[in-house]
Amino acid sequence: MSASARQQSAGADGIVVRMRGLHYAVNGRPIFRDVDVDIRRGAVTAVMGPSGTGKTTLLRLITGQLRADRGLVEVEGQDVSRLDRAALYRMRRRMGMLFQNGALLTDLDVYENVAFPLREHTRLPERLLRHVVLTKLQAVGLRGAWRLMPSELSGGMARRVALARAIVMDPGLLIYDEPFVGLDPISMGMVLRLIRRLNDALGLTSIVVSHDVREISAVADFCYLISGARVAAAGTPSALADSTSDEVRQFMHGLPDGPVPFHYPAPDYAAQVAEPRG
Amino acid sequence: MIAALPRELLASLREALATLGRYAFFLLRLLAATPRGLLRFGLVVQQVHNAGALSLVIIMLSGLFVGMVLGLQGFDLLQRFGSEESLGVAVALGLLKELGPVVTALLFAGRAGTALASELGLMRATDQLAAMEMMAVDPVRRVVLPRFLGSVISMPLLAAIFSLIGLFGAQLIGVQLMGVDAGQFWSQMKGAVELDDVMEGVIKSGVFGVACGLVAVYEGYHSVPTAEGVGRATTRTVVISSVLVLLLDYMLTAVML
Repeated sequence: MSASARQQSAGADGIVVRMRGLHYAVNGRPIFRDVDVDIRRGAVTAVMGPSGTGKTTLLRLITGQLRADRGLVEVEGQDVSRLDRAALYRMRRRMGMLFQNGALLTDLDVYENVAFPLREHTRLPERLLRHVVLTKLQAVGLRGAWRLMPSELSGGMARRVALARAIVMDPGLLIYDEPFVGLDPISMGMVLRLIRRLNDALGLTSIVVSHDVREISAVADFCYLISGARVAAAGTPSALADSTSDEVRQFMHGLPDGPVPFHYPAPDYAAQVAEPRG
Repeated sequence: MIAALPRELLASLREALATLGRYAFFLLRLLAATPRGLLRFGLVVQQVHNAGALSLVIIMLSGLFVGMVLGLQGFDLLQRFGSEESLGVAVALGLLKELGPVVTALLFAGRAGTALASELGLMRATDQLAAMEMMAVDPVRRVVLPRFLGSVISMPLLAAIFSLIGLFGAQLIGVQLMGVDAGQFWSQMKGAVELDDVMEGVIKSGVFGVACGLVAVYEGYHSVPTAEGVGRATTRTVVISSVLVLLLDYMLTAVML
């Protein structure tokens, strides 16, 4: 099947990202064991899970920054593991990604940061480029901050600038890696609203990795809960909230003890206290 | 005999060879990207400014003092043989063939090399390089290559400035202070220094530019993305560059003499 035919078939069933039987390990430690994930077109899909479960790794597998040990990772009908660097870059031009800390280029101001992908990939006349950049900055509410340097921005502002940069090439798929970490409630509310609004207004498909259950449940159409190297649960936010599974309940309701234990595995307390250190 | 070598030594040797291979591969990648990189000359000029122009003060100051010391020591030595008029020749050859390229490269590694390595390391630690890759922009072409080319272009220019200022410093001491005849100082230098001598310095500083630039961008680009990792990359840049410059200097001198 040709690449375009594959893309059409991928579009036909409305699945943008398809993972089947995914296996991935780091230094022999399994991060994913036989994981299946579908990301539907036009939806905001949340990938949740306790810290260290490999949520960001999942994103890196989708974007081709990492290669799966086994299994299929398909984006728009293309098997990511078979793409060479040029094809991977072509695929990424249709994606936008928001990094945890924004990852703005520190030697460029806000305007140039947003203009960066356009300058690298297009030959737009300066006037048109200015129009596009200011439109995107307006969309995230930071047109007035266009001359500020990244060091002059708050965490929330930096993330919104990064969001403007992520959408400047009009991608079809937008990926957010922990977009709420370290944000105050106002900034968090802004980013949340932007995720939903941009997804609907621009007709995007969004993947949001987060462990902020309440916040992400408010905007997500569908959620995956990753735990213990597998998909522990999948469904709408309300279905997950009502789940009777101990594992899901512990995560969704923030219970301190449960299948994920409060205590890190340790030897006998008395024996460890009595034992001389070293 | 080989079997008798400790296992750790063999492992270290293997690791050293592997590192050398990775350096060579990275250099080939940079060289392959150079023709297209030169098309975006604005980026290279910016890095010539960062690595070269911003190193000017330290290079000029050091050149002046090295020249003055050469003037003093040279005068003291030459007057024992009654040939202090040859001071200009001795200083010029010493600076052009050896001290200019070598000291410039060592200073460059300490100032610009560390700045390059820590900048790239911090870019890696703050996901800026990963962000570029996600924007389908190759960070090696966009960020690493201009910095490497900036180093390669800057080094011979800085070495030339170092030698020139050094000559001025030697003249200041030899002619102005010690009373060597100015005419003799300059005319003997002009008569004895040949184009080959100048070219030896140019070739050396060009090679040092490649070496120092490569070490700095390699170590920075491949640094572990933590505060400790960036610090280690910076230290490694200075240590490897300095040893490499001295090693290459011996090899080049042996070949060109």
